[in-house]
Amino acid sequence: MATTIHGHGPAETVPPAETADVELYHPHSWITRYVFSQDAKVIAIQYSLTAMAIGFVALFLSWLMRLQLAFPGALEFIDADAYYQYITMHGMIMVVYLLTALFLGGFGNYLIPLMLGARDMAFPYANMLSYWIYLLAVLVLVASFFTSDGPTGAGWTLYPPQAILPNTPGQDLGIVLMLVSLALFIIGFTMGGLNYVVTVLQGRARGMTLMRMPLTIWGIFTATVMALLAFPALFVGAVMMLFDRLLGTSFFMPAIVQMGEQLSYGGGSPILFQHLFWFFGHPEVYIVALPAFGIVSDLIATHARKNIFGYRMMVWAIVIIGALSFIVWAHHMYVSGMNPYFGFFFATTTLIIAVPTAIKVYNWVLTLWRGDIHFTPPMLFAIGFIVTFLNGGLTGMFLGNVVVDVPLSDTMFVVAHFHMVMGVAPILVIFGAIYHWYPKITGRMFNDLLAKLHFWVTFLGAYLIFFPMHYLGLLGIPRRYYEMGETAFVPASTVTLNEFITITALVVGAAQFLFLFNMFWSLRHGRPAGGNPWRATTLEWQTPQTPPAHGNWGRELPVVYRWAYDYSVPGAAEDFIPQNQPPSPTERREAAT
Amino acid sequence: MSAALAFLALVAAVAGWWLARHGIMAKPWLEPGLPAPVAPGSAFAEEAGPVRRAKAGLVVFLAVAGSLFALFVSAYLMRMGAADWWALPVPRILWINTGLLVVGSLGLHGAQVAARHGHPAVMRHGLLLGGAAALAFLLGQILAWHELLALGHGLAGNPAASFFYVLSGVHGLHVAGGLVALGRTMPRAWRDPGSARARVLVELCATYWHFLLLVWLVLFGLLAGWANDFAEICRQVLS
Amino acid sequence: MLIAAVLVLIVLGSLLFHFLSPWWWTPIASNWGYIDTTLIVTFWITGAVFTAVVLFVAYCLLRFRHQPGRRAAYEPENRRLELVLTVGTAVGVAAMLAPGLVVWAQFVQVPEDAAEVEVVGQQWQWSYRLPGEDGRLGRADTRLITPENPLGISPHDPSGQDDVIVEAADLHLPVDRPVKVVLRSVDVLHDFYVPEFRAKMDMIPGAVTYFWFTPTRTGTFEILCAELCGVGHAFMRGYVVVDTEQDYQAWLGQQTSFASLTGGAARADAAP
Repeated sequence: MATTIHGHGPAETVPPAETADVELYHPHSWITRYVFSQDAKVIAIQYSLTAMAIGFVALFLSWLMRLQLAFPGALEFIDADAYYQYITMHGMIMVVYLLTALFLGGFGNYLIPLMLGARDMAFPYANMLSYWIYLLAVLVLVASFFTSDGPTGAGWTLYPPQAILPNTPGQDLGIVLMLVSLALFIIGFTMGGLNYVVTVLQGRARGMTLMRMPLTIWGIFTATVMALLAFPALFVGAVMMLFDRLLGTSFFMPAIVQMGEQLSYGGGSPILFQHLFWFFGHPEVYIVALPAFGIVSDLIATHARKNIFGYRMMVWAIVIIGALSFIVWAHHMYVSGMNPYFGFFFATTTLIIAVPTAIKVYNWVLTLWRGDIHFTPPMLFAIGFIVTFLNGGLTGMFLGNVVVDVPLSDTMFVVAHFHMVMGVAPILVIFGAIYHWYPKITGRMFNDLLAKLHFWVTFLGAYLIFFPMHYLGLLGIPRRYYEMGETAFVPASTVTLNEFITITALVVGAAQFLFLFNMFWSLRHGRPAGGNPWRATTLEWQTPQTPPAHGNWGRELPVVYRWAYDYSVPGAAEDFIPQNQPPSPTERREAAT
Repeated sequence: MSAALAFLALVAAVAGWWLARHGIMAKPWLEPGLPAPVAPGSAFAEEAGPVRRAKAGLVVFLAVAGSLFALFVSAYLMRMGAADWWALPVPRILWINTGLLVVGSLGLHGAQVAARHGHPAVMRHGLLLGGAAALAFLLGQILAWHELLALGHGLAGNPAASFFYVLSGVHGLHVAGGLVALGRTMPRAWRDPGSARARVLVELCATYWHFLLLVWLVLFGLLAGWANDFAEICRQVLS
Repeated sequence: MLIAAVLVLIVLGSLLFHFLSPWWWTPIASNWGYIDTTLIVTFWITGAVFTAVVLFVAYCLLRFRHQPGRRAAYEPENRRLELVLTVGTAVGVAAMLAPGLVVWAQFVQVPEDAAEVEVVGQQWQWSYRLPGEDGRLGRADTRLITPENPLGISPHDPSGQDDVIVEAADLHLPVDRPVKVVLRSVDVLHDFYVPEFRAKMDMIPGAVTYFWFTPTRTGTFEILCAELCGVGHAFMRGYVVVDTEQDYQAWLGQQTSFASLTGGAARADAAP
């Protein structure tokens, strides 16, 4: 009996995909089924719930920040220290612990084996460890809220020297816990990431060629490869900063006189950290964006009943964006004091990356053209994504173009830009994706009306928050300001605008509880969904059970006969043909123009 | 960041080659049915088996570790331009340590060859040699640290010393991780030396040992200062 | 249906907001009008793309919404259309990038006749140093900072003796004369930012950074710190006063040099 299969060396964690006997790795107790589970689907849910829980903390912090910005001083406990702690934790949680973890750990784990026709991930034991290390990283991060000087307030970019010096909140323990937590996250992610990549490389069902993979998988796969290569940069930066902070080295620390006192550091380079940080930080933007690109492509195709337009271009664009994103990092550093001649190179690469990105937008739009569009909640969220992503991508043309960035960098324009493009847009995809796959995950439908209400408030609210915010930056209001105070060039009307933004943010935040309620309520009260409620082609909808059982496919693995987008094929009886349906004898395809 | 970019260019080249072999130009909508095998090495799940998976896993992991070391090297190259940097004396024991690492690599290579040709006794000796050499290497590295400390090169102060401790420490942790994997390989190699699984495990360990040797040679060259001229060029190209 | 209407409203609303809102950049007070021009070009191009794409989406949603009996077209790709769109996008991108790079070339090349002014940042105040009569700033190092020598100017460098030190006061600049702003920090990152001048640059401890501009109108402008520098970041303010030539010379005459500052150190110690 092979229940002791759990983990002794790489080859012994038998990847179940090729195991004929499904019984082999069934969990035998509640603990191994739901807690220390090696089933990618359970791990996916664990990842998602943890990410969302910590995400709600970050949402709450954003409320507090917005209250301070609109009504300075109204809440007494928000002093400058607290404010900077809120922005730091909000940023770091949202980017790393929510978006990265949810897209790769959550959707990656759930969808890769199911969409590729595998039984599970390649190394289930490492996959399980990945989640528990992620959870530990989250707990270490949360622990910093309970230290005497609170979490770090260095800004999510953690720029030294400021991050590890007095006059920055959380200088004592907060920054240490933050760096340790990031290092843990990276180790945990690497374990998961190895799984995602190897499963795509080696775990595909028979017939699932690379170009038959759904774009969701392409997005998650490319993002994972990027993350595996980019996260080490953050790891290197975090380790070296920990040494500077705890052991007195001077990797990043130059000679410093703070408050009249000579510190013992000397010779280090703060800009070296910035290079390391953004060498991770820019790919990170696409680590979040590419899974969103992939998922939204599948949502649009499914709910418009039409093949994704220009599939090959979409795949190539994902790969090209992934590669290019490693040579644009210094566009975050145009005014950092680095050699200004680098600006020519990085502005050019940055604007070049806009071309494949634009192609993706065109192809989503052209998929709608002559489609059969069903306005389901996933489709609504996908449309919301197109609008917000387009908006945020276009404001990126301002910030990427080095000379235009000079007046706008470090202003609220930047805040508005990145919230639109990598905050709102991917989160709309996350919601769309959760509504889309909820019936598969739980076997029940969510409440349609609540979901639509959730969409309208979130989409319109988010647009109303972030669109006007650009103009505050254009006016010259810097970001990361605890309060503006009396400033001659800032008209009093900005107070009204800030109040409006804050109230909208409170409403949008509150609307997320509609989503939570819907998720939990429908778990019990939703109507049974059946195996394939959206009439979709991809493999995850063709499982013998819903929700899929451990091992996903029962006795026999699926065999793939066609690409992922056979919607509305001329001559076919139905408007979709599942990927595992063999071609009929008469089926022949003409090369489309 | 030149070292990191050079490493990534290598990864990109391999990835591009792989994608090209796997039909990235295909028009998938024209070809319903079971595809002809696209290329050797494009096996699907049930053909792949644990061997290919473990090998792929190791290759991907080595790419991650390679990225980590390339970034450390990049940081080193950028930091060494500062005025407070002065070269570190090379503890003589590092030469012995390098030799030990070479011996370990040879031992595991021998074990791998022996496993393929069915000589279990030779294989066991090779494994023991590889493990012992790696263990001795770690002890030697600690001695090197002691020597540097005795010479007054503490962790803080001269950044060249700081980098020496960090880089050799990170490399040493990877060696220690390798020892854990080797420790898990040995029981199987003793119990069931002829099995395919034992053979694969030995092969993976050998690959990992070669990788660590390569990384160490690069780091040693850098720390000993032979790469200074090269570093200077890199820094001027892109610092 | 509803969503199509809402998308049209979003486009109209965004355009109306753009043209009607009272929030726009501050009137420029430097030579960097080209930056504003490039920004406006970018606004026109991106605005046109946003309007066109969103309105097209709205049209598709209305025209191709699900109705009984509707079936989507089958269209895997269209090479010509994709090629046209790619080339069109590349042209639009180039139209934004090219002027940007031209202006950037001006930005990185400091004119020969630019006068140097040093700005030193520390938590959370600004200090300034002007080169004095020899037109050159003396060497400085953070290690040399003492209460008497707050900017760490090397006492052994003769060109530093006549440097004019302005501490905890406004910086004055003459109008219409190019300035090379040399930036230093003694503790953490800061960023010298005057919205009316458009230009800004980070200040890095242990390094010297710079940018240049020419003030084009007289007036008093607020300096803000634009790089997070600790809890006092939002309160790190100062003023630049752009003077006519006479006013500037009058102000300059009242300032103290480094030599007189250190000479007066003993007296300063004795004072309560």
